[in-house]
Amino acid sequence: MVTAVKVSKTWREIPQRYRLEANKCNNCGKIFFPPRLICSNCKSRDFAPIKLPKEGKIYSFTIIRTPSSEFKDYSPFAIAIIELDNGVKLMSQVVDCDFNDLEIGTRVKLVFRKIQEDGSSGIIAYGYKCVLVKS
Amino acid sequence: MVGIVGYGAYIPKYRIKVEEIAKIWGEDAEALKEGLLLEEKTVPYLDQDSVTIGVEEAQNALKRALVNPEEIGAVYIGSESPPYAVKPSSSIIAEVIGAIPEVHTADYEFACKAGSEAVFVCYGLVKAGLIKYGLGIGADTSQGAPHEPLEYSAAAGGAAFIIGSEDTLADILETYSYTTDTPDFWRRDGEFYPRHGGRFTGEPAYFKHVLGSAKGIMKKAGLKPTDFTYAIFHQPNGKFPLRAGKILGFTMDQMRPGLVAPKVGNTYSGCSLLGLAATLDVAHSGDLILITSFGSGAGSDSFIIKVKEKIEKVRHLAPTVKEMLEDKIYIDYGTYVRYRRMIKE
Ligand SMILES: [Zn+2]
Repeated sequence: MVTAVKVSKTWREIPQRYRLEANKCNNCGKIFFPPRLICSNCKSRDFAPIKLPKEGKIYSFTIIRTPSSEFKDYSPFAIAIIELDNGVKLMSQVVDCDFNDLEIGTRVKLVFRKIQEDGSSGIIAYGYKCVLVKS
Repeated sequence: MVGIVGYGAYIPKYRIKVEEIAKIWGEDAEALKEGLLLEEKTVPYLDQDSVTIGVEEAQNALKRALVNPEEIGAVYIGSESPPYAVKPSSSIIAEVIGAIPEVHTADYEFACKAGSEAVFVCYGLVKAGLIKYGLGIGADTSQGAPHEPLEYSAAAGGAAFIIGSEDTLADILETYSYTTDTPDFWRRDGEFYPRHGGRFTGEPAYFKHVLGSAKGIMKKAGLKPTDFTYAIFHQPNGKFPLRAGKILGFTMDQMRPGLVAPKVGNTYSGCSLLGLAATLDVAHSGDLILITSFGSGAGSDSFIIKVKEKIEKVRHLAPTVKEMLEDKIYIDYGTYVRYRRMIKE
């Protein structure tokens, strides 16, 4: 079975998906996730590696009821834009929750989960999702 | 002295009650609950497996250990439900916690004893001076076939321990293992559900090895049951560990804090380690703990652990087992079938 493209992409994204590795422009301070080679703000190529904080809040969310076929097992599911505590925004599925508990501003933390499986014989892509933080 | 530098537990948020499963098969829930001392069990969500659960445990252990993950020289996971038949789980976990690339990793298998084995080997390597810290993990998401007694108990969860020789929160005073070839429970390669030897699983398997190992380590250390503050025995249900403890001469007060099966179910490789984590959650400096695991096939590992002052300072840096037990969502049998992917398309 030819899955080289999927496997190499999954492998390449491990540092950001597993450990939330981002980079910060040493010239203007802008943080990029996933990391970039050239700063879109000041065109600098001088970056320092950083790790993103694991907590933040829901910036916006929606419920997906008709997902693409590879995510149909999870339907319906919540997807949110999370604003992490350092201001960086990322998109993540919200799991282990009642949809009625979702509100803009709700505190969340990132957890390690299976994101996608390439059928029952292919590679498993792991990464971050988020759960609500008990207040 | 070599001991535990950090520990962390994890159990999934979803639960199913014994009543809910019994209702489907027309069985007597009250008789089952009383017979097995089980009330409910954890259910992993669709996106959880022994790797993601192992990661949660490891991250909680790191929160308490406060060590640099790059100094962890070994990452071992014991599980009987690895997501890959060929491809290690330990390397994924080492990658997530940032222990790579200078780290020795391996996946252990020995039914429910695999988790305590992982800790056992970490202890040996630290004691030999080969590594500074070792991370031993027990994690499972085991399944019981529908309409089988195991369906009421097969659950998900576990605990991880970071072993080191400096700044320990509890010292490991003694270790002991007791093993024979006993065909009490097995799963052939390629089969989905395990099989067991019926009544054969009790006396010649669980009790022989648990009692043999617990007696052996106490004799080796020159200690008796009354010397211990707490004791944990492997928990395929709530009944077996209490009976084993009673035969050995332990009291309910010694076993209660570590008895997690009634509310969690049988977390297989995670089981006795989860009981140890729950015990450490309430233990104080000077407390002496006996833990004995059990793995079908069959064997038991025992440890004698002495709690130190550091525990008071780090206990609340990660969620306790009690906190996780209270944070739950009940599901019905249909949802359980869906989350465990029991319907094949
Ligand atoms: Zn810049």
